[in-house]
Parts: sequence; structure tokens; C-alpha cells
Amino acid sequence: MKDVSVFTPAGRLLSSGLVSAVYRRRRLMDLLMTGLAGLAVLVAVVPLFSILISVAIRGLSALNLDFFTKMPVPIGETGGGVLNAIVGSGILVGLGTLIGLPIGLLSAIYLAEYGRGRLADTIRLFTEVMSGVPSIVVGIFAYAIVVRPLHHFSALAGGVALGILMIPVVTRTAEEMIRMVPQSLREAGLALGLPRWRVTVSIVLPSAASGIVTGAMLAVARIAGETAPLLFTALNNAFFSTSLLRPIASLPVQIYTYATSPYEELHRIAWGAVFVLVMMVLITNLLTRLAVRSGYEMKR
Amino acid sequence: MAIERADPDPVRSEQPAVVQSLPGPYVRSRRRSRSLGDRIFEGVTTGFGMIILLIVVAMVVALGWEAWPAIRRFGLGFLTGREWNYVDQFGALPYVWGTVYSSFLALAMALPISLGVAIFLAEMAPLPVRTVLSFLVELLAAIPSVVYGLWGMFVLVPLVRQLELWLFLHAHFIPLFSGPPIGFGMLSAATVLAIMIIPTIASVSRDVLLAVPASQREAALALGATRWEAIKVALSNAVPGIIGATLLGLGRALGETMAVTMVIGNIGSISISLFQPAYSMAALIANEFSEATTNLHVAALIEVGLLLLMVTLVLNLFSRLLVRRVAITGAGSHVKG
Repeated sequence: MKDVSVFTPAGRLLSSGLVSAVYRRRRLMDLLMTGLAGLAVLVAVVPLFSILISVAIRGLSALNLDFFTKMPVPIGETGGGVLNAIVGSGILVGLGTLIGLPIGLLSAIYLAEYGRGRLADTIRLFTEVMSGVPSIVVGIFAYAIVVRPLHHFSALAGGVALGILMIPVVTRTAEEMIRMVPQSLREAGLALGLPRWRVTVSIVLPSAASGIVTGAMLAVARIAGETAPLLFTALNNAFFSTSLLRPIASLPVQIYTYATSPYEELHRIAWGAVFVLVMMVLITNLLTRLAVRSGYEMKR
Repeated sequence: MAIERADPDPVRSEQPAVVQSLPGPYVRSRRRSRSLGDRIFEGVTTGFGMIILLIVVAMVVALGWEAWPAIRRFGLGFLTGREWNYVDQFGALPYVWGTVYSSFLALAMALPISLGVAIFLAEMAPLPVRTVLSFLVELLAAIPSVVYGLWGMFVLVPLVRQLELWLFLHAHFIPLFSGPPIGFGMLSAATVLAIMIIPTIASVSRDVLLAVPASQREAALALGATRWEAIKVALSNAVPGIIGATLLGLGRALGETMAVTMVIGNIGSISISLFQPAYSMAALIANEFSEATTNLHVAALIEVGLLLLMVTLVLNLFSRLLVRRVAITGAGSHVKG
């Protein structure tokens, strides 16, 4: 091949060194770009590891039984916990889930099972747009529709804000999960004479259940970490409260107030609370990953 | 299991296979013969779907309503005024500047890195590496912003302060590097924002790249292109989608609240300096809303929120449509090819 090519025009061009220089430059460019892309990945994940490591180191040392079971102590004293914030977060997230999950799930059923045509496309687009609305704006909305009429800050307002934030997350993941259910299962149900709604309720939803549950957990993890929409809806509360109509403490808001305070001891507790939040996010994401993978396997 | 495998591709098929595989009469008479239960069920789920439309519309209306006193009082002067005195003067310019400047700085940092990540994930990485990296990028997106804020305050800001001190000593004559090198300020805010929007831009760009038909790259490779040259072909087809991804990231940066509030310094100022403490619109709302007493103050803060809402709505609509276009044309030509 080599000795023949010298006698052809292309071969002469190749051996003249001109083309090979060009080729070498192209190869170099290829290598350079591969290197740069790899470098970009490295730069992107370094902060993640920095966050995980600093949270693990500073957060873990702040955790003990008191952290979960005691109320905050007055400034100047060491120890104490964030029991009121943990309970408050639980109530707020529960309330948010109560509002966000049904709306999200039912609209996902609509989109996946009936969703064709202009209305469905619009709803799908609005779901995407809604997930891009800043959470603080959702907070203002909850303020306008709950705090204003009731004339005071309340856990209810915080729950409404979190519920609204949850809807697009649930809708999107649940629609995906319902669509993953093999069409043949629906056909089998219809062939047995079931009406469509029974097919959806008794066959499709149970088949998609594990995916929907993990998707919902992902959404719960997301709203559990939301701070901005709670600042002027649920506000904060230094005391233990479970009333829906009174301001209530929550972990994220507690982290914010502690972090921006000048006291070392409070910073320590903030890191502990952050550790709890990050672990929750980490675990739910891992579970979702596993569920999605088994979903794909089901599809295949 | 065997039945499930026999199904060709349930997710992709536009029409449910039922309608496709059954003969005509079923399709034609479907509407009339449906049972009452079916009609109720479809009606209820459709109703819940429409709640989503309703909420978005209600948001715009409610915020507009609540902000009306400020809108009527200040008009467009709200955007150009610099004084915010808590009594009768509310001008949002310093906060608009803080939001816009920090977001664009963040975009400038995040865009090249996100594109690199997207290209690496879509075009270069072998499958196991891709799976792990995608997970890490998703995790970066899932971490609550108050965690970024805490990390920013206690880990990033001290590092930024070192950098700023060094730059201040050696390059303070450059306007970008003038100003107090205290760490809290524009540079820290933009850096945190950049880290937070990388997953958004990277994952959407990756999806867009994956939607570009493989045949295009294969054609380029068959013509003797190097891998990078083949990727460039794919990239040129993905441009609208990548612009969409960037706008999505921008929207995220504009509305980000906690992390920015915790590191930007919270002093209203208009300066090109990277070191200058500044204030963003979202941070202003976060700090002042619960303590605002006069109606006008509350209305002014809500107007700031309304501005954020409108800008992010437009950005999101626009970017989703761009991303969809690539996804649709990509998938379409894939079927044909």
C-alpha cells in the first residue's frame, strides 16, 4: 500500500508532509478537546466533593442524641438541639406533600394516559415552566393567598408554598414512570373487558408504583431543603409548636438563621442540620437512580 | 416477562398501541361507548392537570395585584431609581444590577464548564463512567441552596478572600479587581451561582446532544473526520437546544435566593468591581419581606418578585420551546434515517 501510494496524486500529497502536518494538527486538536472536556468534568465535581466532605466533617461532629431530642438552648450555653425545627419541618413537608402529591400525581395520570393534543401540550409546557419559577416567588404567592387573608404568618402558608413547589417535580417524574409501563399490560386489561379507568387504577398505577414512590420521595427531599419560600410564610418559631395557624420553625430556616448569626456554637448546629438534609438528598437520589434503572429493565 | 419483551417500544409510540392495533370501528365509536366511570376519571384527571395552568396564571395575577400600589406610584421609575429608603422612595436599580451582573458572571463561568461536561457525557465517556458522572451532576442539582450558602460562607468565601487579597495587591489598578477584598461580594456570589447552574445547563445540553441523530456523527467519521470534528457537526445541530439550556441556567441564577443572600454581602451598590459587596433582588425580598411594615414597602418588595417571576417565565418558556425543537427534529430525522 505504502509504496504504491507514492505514485498516485493523493499518495504524493500525503508523503509531501503537507497533509500529514494538517492531519497532525487535527489529531492534536482532537486530543486537546478531549482533555478540556475531561478537565471541565473535574472542575464541575470538585465543589460537590468539597461540599460533601466539609458537611461530613463539620456536620457529623455536631450530631448526637440531644440534637434530635432537645430544644435550642439560650445563646451562650452549649448543647441543645433543634427538636422544634425537626418537628416543624416534618409538619411543613407533610402538609406540602398532602397538597402537592395528589395534584401532581393526578395531572401526571392525565398527561400519561390521556395527554394528547393542545391542552396536554400546554399543561406539559406549563409544568416545565413552573419548575423554573424561583422558589422565593412561590413564597410571595403563598403569602398573597394565605397570609394576607388570615392576617398572620402560619405553618399552613408554608405548607401551601412547599406544596406548589412539589407539583411540577411529582408530575414530571410520575408521568415518566407511568409511561414506562408496557403497553401490553394495558391491552391485557382492556382485553379482559375492564374499562380504561380500571386499567389505569388497578394495573398501570400498581405497576408504576415503585417508580412513583421514589419520584415522590425525590420531590419530598427537594421541598424539605427549601428555605426561601418559608421565610415569610411559616416564618420561624423559637418555641415548640404544632399548630397549623401559627408560625413554625423548620430545619432550613434554622440553618439560615444560625449560619448568619455570629455565634460559633450556632454555626456548629447549622452544620449538623445541613448534614441531615444532605444525607436525605443523597439517599433519595440513590434510591431514585435504582428505581429508574429497574424501570428501564422492565421496559426492555 | 415474555409478554413485556414482545412489546416493541411502548414509550416512544405516540398513539397507544390499543388504538393502533384495533380495527377502525373501535376508534370511531370510542367516544360514545365509553362508560360513565371512564368519563368521570378522565374529567377529574384533566381537571387536576388544569390546576397547574391555573396556578401559574394565579401567580401572575396575585403578584400583580399585590404589587399594584408600588407599580402605580413609581411606574418605570422603579427600575431606574437608586434610592430605597423604606418610607416613600423605592428604586430597585442596585438590586436589579446585583442580580443581572452576578447571573451573567455566573453564566460566563458555568457555560464553558457545562458544555465540556455535556460533551464528555454525551460523546466521550463510556457507559459506566457516564452513569456515575450523571449521578454526580444530578446530585449537584439536588443539594438544597441553603447548603450551598453555608458551604459558601465557611469554605468558599475564605478561599475567595485569599484570591482577592492577592489580586488586590498585584492588580488593583484594574477596575474589576478594585474594591474591598473581604470575600463576601460579587465574586463569591457568582462562583456559587455558577456551581449551582452547571448541572442545569450540562444535563439539558447533554440531552440535546443525545437527541442529535447518530447518523450525522457517523457520516462525519466516515468522511475521515476526527472525533472532535464529528462532535462539532453534532454541536452545530444542537445550537438552539444549547441556547435553551443556557437560558434555563440563566433563569435559575436570576431567581436563586439563599446561597446568594448568604455570600453576596447584602449592600446595595452598582459597581463593575468583582470584590464589591452587592445585593440581589431575591436577597432583598428574603431579608426585608417579613419585617416590612408599611403597605408600600410590601408592595415594592412584591413588585421585585413580580419582575423576577415575569423574567423567569419568559426565559423558561423560550428555552423550553428551543429545547423541544431540537428534541423533536432530532427524534424525527432519527426515525427517518
